[in-house]
Parts: sequence; C-alpha cells; structure tokens
Amino acid sequence: MNALNIKKGSSSHSAYDLRDPNAVVIEQHTLAVLVDNESGVLARVIGLFSGRGYNIDSLTVAEVDHAGHRSRITVVTRGTPQVIEQIKAQLARMVPVHDVHDLTAEGPAVQRELALFKVAGKGEARIEALRLAEIFRANVVDSTLESFVFEITGTPEKIDAFGDLMRPLGLLEMARTGVAALARGV
Amino acid sequence: MTKAASMTMTGARMVVQALKDHGVEVVFGYPGGAVLPIYDEIFQQNDIRHILVRHEQGAVHMAEGYARSTGKPGVVLVTSGPGATNAVTGLTDALLDSIPLVVLSGQVPTFMIGTDGFQEADTVGITRPCTKHNWLVKDTADLAATIHTAFQVATSGRPGPVLVDIPKDVQFATAQYTPKESSRAPHYQPRTNGDPEQVLRLVEMMEAAERPVFYTGGGVINSGPEASRTLRELVAGTDFPITSTLMGLGSYPASGKNWLGMLGMHGLYEANLAMHGCDLMINVGARFDDRITGRVKDFSPHSRKAHIDIDPSSINKVIRVDVPIVGDVGSVLADVLALWKARGSKTNKAGLAKWWAQINEWRAVECLNYQNSAKTIKPQYALQRLEALTKGMDRYITTEVGQHQMWAAQFLGFEEPNRWMTSGGLGTMGYGLPASIGVQIAHPQALVINVAGEASWLMNMQEMGTAMQFRAPVKQFILNNERLGMVRQWQELLHGERYSHSWSESLPDFVKLAEAFGCKGIKCSDPKDLDDAIMEMIRYDGPVIFDCLVEKHENCFPMIPSGKPHNEMLLGEADTQGVIGAKGAVLV
Repeated sequence: MNALNIKKGSSSHSAYDLRDPNAVVIEQHTLAVLVDNESGVLARVIGLFSGRGYNIDSLTVAEVDHAGHRSRITVVTRGTPQVIEQIKAQLARMVPVHDVHDLTAEGPAVQRELALFKVAGKGEARIEALRLAEIFRANVVDSTLESFVFEITGTPEKIDAFGDLMRPLGLLEMARTGVAALARGV
Repeated sequence: MTKAASMTMTGARMVVQALKDHGVEVVFGYPGGAVLPIYDEIFQQNDIRHILVRHEQGAVHMAEGYARSTGKPGVVLVTSGPGATNAVTGLTDALLDSIPLVVLSGQVPTFMIGTDGFQEADTVGITRPCTKHNWLVKDTADLAATIHTAFQVATSGRPGPVLVDIPKDVQFATAQYTPKESSRAPHYQPRTNGDPEQVLRLVEMMEAAERPVFYTGGGVINSGPEASRTLRELVAGTDFPITSTLMGLGSYPASGKNWLGMLGMHGLYEANLAMHGCDLMINVGARFDDRITGRVKDFSPHSRKAHIDIDPSSINKVIRVDVPIVGDVGSVLADVLALWKARGSKTNKAGLAKWWAQINEWRAVECLNYQNSAKTIKPQYALQRLEALTKGMDRYITTEVGQHQMWAAQFLGFEEPNRWMTSGGLGTMGYGLPASIGVQIAHPQALVINVAGEASWLMNMQEMGTAMQFRAPVKQFILNNERLGMVRQWQELLHGERYSHSWSESLPDFVKLAEAFGCKGIKCSDPKDLDDAIMEMIRYDGPVIFDCLVEKHENCFPMIPSGKPHNEMLLGEADTQGVIGAKGAVLV
C-alpha cells in the first residue's frame, strides 16, 4: 500500500519520454517531488533550480509522512519540453529524492492553493467585497468594523481573479501558500 | 577486532573504524582544530596511511589521482572553515569528472554552529552544489551509518564526490558503532541494467549502419576494466571506428587499428569528421560536452544516435538521441555484445569498407603535423620524445590544464584504462602535480609523469613538499613557454593579438626550486639534449622537476573554434585568419 497515494510509473524511472526539443513552446508543469525530510533538502532542490537556471513559479513543501520522514515538494515550473525533462531527470537523480511525478504530463490532476486577503473599506465597497467573497466561496476568518480577512481556496487562476476584484475594494495585503496538487483517480 | 562491530566508541574512533571497514588504505589530509580527535585516532593505528598535504586543494586532487588510477574511492580529511573551503575546487573538479571521493571535514561543535565560531563555515551549504551529496552529522549514533552511506553514494551510479561534515563534539561523544553490514540499505540504488528493447534497437542499427562510429567517454573508465575489455571485443567484432573524449582515453588502445584518436575542440581531424559524417553514433559513457559538440545545431547532422549512460539526466541534455540506454556502460556493452553474438550479427560490409576508405583519406591529412625545429624544442616534439622513451613502461600520466594537456592527449598513446588522469570538465589548473602524487602513492613502483605547463604547475607547487616527504618519485615534465599558452592562443585568434596578462613574469628558476625542495631539477632547451635529459629524469630515483623550455608561440591544432561545427576545423596557422565571429567569441 502506498500511503502517499501516488501513482507509480512516473517519468522518474524513465528517460524515454521524448518530445520535440526544437519546439520553443514554453510549458508550465506541476511536479510533485517526494523527498526524505532531512536537513537541507529544500535548499538542495531550490539550489538545483537556481544553479541550473530553471524557473520556479510556485513552491510548496511539508512533511506528509511523519513516520517515514517524507516531505512532498510541489513545484510549479516552466520551460521548453526539453528543459522540463531535464528538470525531472536532475531532480530524480538527487540522493534524497524518492520519486518525481509530472502531474501535468501524467494525466488530470487537481491543484489547489490557499490564500488570505486583507481588505479594508467602508460602506458600499465593504459590502461589495463581502458579496464577491460569497460568490468565490471565500470565508471570513477575521473581521473588524473596517476590514475583513478572507480565506480562499482554489486554483491559482481563481485566486488571481479574486485578487483582481479585491484590489479596487481596498486590498491591503495577501498571503498565498503556493500550489498543492494530486493526480485524479487512483 | 571482530567484536568491533558491536562496540561502543567515540565518534573519532568510528571514523577510523568505518574507513577500515571500507578497505581504505590511504587518507590525504591536513589537520586542524576541528579534526584533532580524528587525528588522535589516526596516530594510534597503523592500518590507514595518512598523507600530509601542503594545501587542502592538493589533498582532493591527490585523492582524485588515487581514485582515477585505482578505481577505488579517494578519501580526504580536512578541518573546518578554511580546510573545507580549500577543498571546494577539488570537489567541483571531481563532480564534473565523476570521480568517487569521500571527504570528511571537521566542524565546530554542534552547540556553536551558527555563532560564527572560529573556523566555522557553512560547509554543507558551501559544498552542496559541488558534491553528489553531503551530510552534517549531529549525533554520534548516526556517524558510522552516514559514512557507510557516503561510500555507497560516492561509488554507485555515476560516481562523484561526497562530503561528511563532523562537528567536534560528535567526534568526542561515544555511541554504538553501526557495522557496515547492519547499516540500513539506502534507497539510493541507481539502475545499472539497460533496457533490453533499446539494446535490441541498437544492435539492429549496428547491423544496418554504413558509417558507424563509437564515441566513448569517461564512463567506460568509471565502469571498470571489464567495460574496456568488452568495448575492445565489440570494436574487434564489428570493425567499427572508435574515438574518445579526453576523459575516455585508454579504454580502447591507442595502438588499436580502429582507433581514430581523441575527438573534440582539439581532437583529430579524422575523429571529428567521422563524428560529423557518420550515420550511426554510439555514445558510450560520454556526455556531449560543448568541447565535443561544437555548434549543437550542426552537430553530426545525418546520424542516428544511441547513448549509453548511467545518469538519466545526461541523456537528451544537450543532444537528442534516438536510442537512449540508461545503465552501467559495462553491463550494457556486455548485453550488446551478447546479443550481437547470439544473433550472429553481420555488419554492412560494403558500407563499412567505403566508410573506412573515407576515414583513411582523412587520416592521410596527418592533422598532427607541425613544423619542427632544430633550434628550439617544440612542445609536440617534447611529447613525442617522451612517448617514445617511456613506451612500454609501467607509466601513468597526469596533466595540468591548457595547451600542454591537449598536446599530451594528442601525442601520448594510452593502451590501458586508468593510466591517464586529467581535469576534463572543470579544467582545473593546478590539478596535475597533486594528482600525480596521488597516483604514485597508489602505484609506488610505477613511472608517474605530470605533463605540465609552467603556469598551471605553479598553482599547486607547494605539493612538492608532500612528494618529498612521502618519497613519491613523481616526474614533473614542465613544458615551459613562459606563457599562459591557451589563453595566449585565444587572444591571438579572437582578441586581435592583444595579449592581456597571458605571460608568466618573474618565473622561478625551476632547477633551483627543485634543489630548494630537495629533489632533482633538470633544464633542457636544446632539442639535441632532450632524449638524454628525459632519460635522466626517468632514471632518477626521486621526484624531478623538468624545466623543458619550449617554443613560446606555438598554437595547438587542430582546433574547432567556439561556435563552429566539426567540419569547420582549423588545421594550422594558415587557417586562422578571421575565423571566429562575434558570436563565437562570447563562448568559452
């Protein structure tokens, strides 16, 4: 049984997933990297990206298996197909890395991000913010007479959209967790 | 000491015990405050020999020479802070050339980490990008198991350097020693067997190929002597031509009839044109380095390519291949050979005959020709004489980095693997002298020659003290042109002959320098005296510094200028006018 519920057969075992390297198309991929939760492991993974000039759009990391000391790093990256393949191969050969899953390439996946928005306002703007929050199914987690903190979960696009709407309504600050993602099905 | 397995001991003793358990015979190191407990243990035993270096960079290069010439991991022991930072160049060198090293560094006590203590540096942070893996051991109970894992990681898969950082209190504290056997099997287990389907595809391509070429690299050497034997059998069985990178020299004998010589930027004409014109390229343990490919867009445009490599990230990194085979070179070559025999495979005889005819035309160009002189020693001539006078001897060659390195690769012949130690990937000036000492320590009776340039050699010349102390009779064959020859060559070709800081002012008198170290110095400037001088060097029982004064402005040819494809090679001075465009000049 795989406690982490991750499909086997990812490209981390294979160098054969070959696509056209001449394509200059830049793709965004979400990678799930399972690592030993040892000291410095995050620095190692991040150092690989910065050292080899790869991009990180979003990064989330937490221990997901306390007994086995495994952490799951979800990293959203972008590059040409050849670069994406390189990133996966470079990650997979690192000593503390157990598995690399390309959730974008391996089939449908759910992606969620959590964000907190602090919005200050009075009168109509305040009511509008609350109304929009309801539409976006955001929760109010803190309230004063002049402000709200909304908690919202969704795809990064949904959170972007909510942020765009809140900006004219008195958005003060926001905090985002970065993407967590799992493949659909079993 | 069989009971040692279940003994409680200090961390310092664990280090020595673990090294013994891994069969370590030699450690290259330099003591300091943070490793004193380990040095105290080394003092109290006789199984492990410690070579006291003069600088930690020297220790790492010595360990590289030791590892490269024996196939065993090299072991280094340095102190915290500057001890560890001085090791960084060597670690990076070993990482790029895939040399297995286990470097042990001292660290300030755990309770002082982060306080900017005396000789404290974030060693695991600094060495993270230049090791295959590294560890900071915070608990003595984990120390032995970590060292066992370190050896496993350094030597399995694509080999490389690892570092174990050991705080001083961890060395003093006691805990139960974890024996090698009962240490938990690490999950790091790289794949070594190639995919049989891909092996079959390769064999089918080999049967059909009209213009095949084997392109071999350091992976063949790293895989062990058996891989070289299998490669030779495969080449003999197919009659395919074979070329090699700088790192792979010796895996196929230079005297072999299918040998084309080294390929690449300063590779042989026939080797590079064979790479450019082939219809099947079989990359065996090489990595399509930029020194090999030249302009990637025009690299071997008409070939199908197979790539055997133990590191999946090497495949399709630079050049897209048609048959990727992830696995150990030795294992995959054995599979290919077995299948070749089992199928009763035949090559495309007619195609191959035409291909060899073409290759022989290229060979007839004799690209290594140079204008010899009766007055000055040409560096090529010096190496030809060195080759002739040492041929057949039990000989190991190391080099520094630059023109002399390329000439050595062109003019010296290697018949066996593990006989040629050079800094390929990182191009570390100062590598050759310490590496030669490491080789000599591993092979006390052999003739070990460091082919050097005077500028590179000066970078780690302090290690002559180590050679003297440990009676390592290394021969330092310095081709002294009083120039940074390769820099000078590039400035001539693409910086308008503005020789910015590329000459060696205030050089020492190398003969007097030799005397100061207590070894022998020989100076030679006349081609007529060269043979006798080389023989004197070889016969002398001890280290020699040979100051060979050579032509100062000789350029190294053939040369593929940066940003050019293989078929636009420069063969000599006449070809060099205005060859490198602005685009090529930005490349290194």
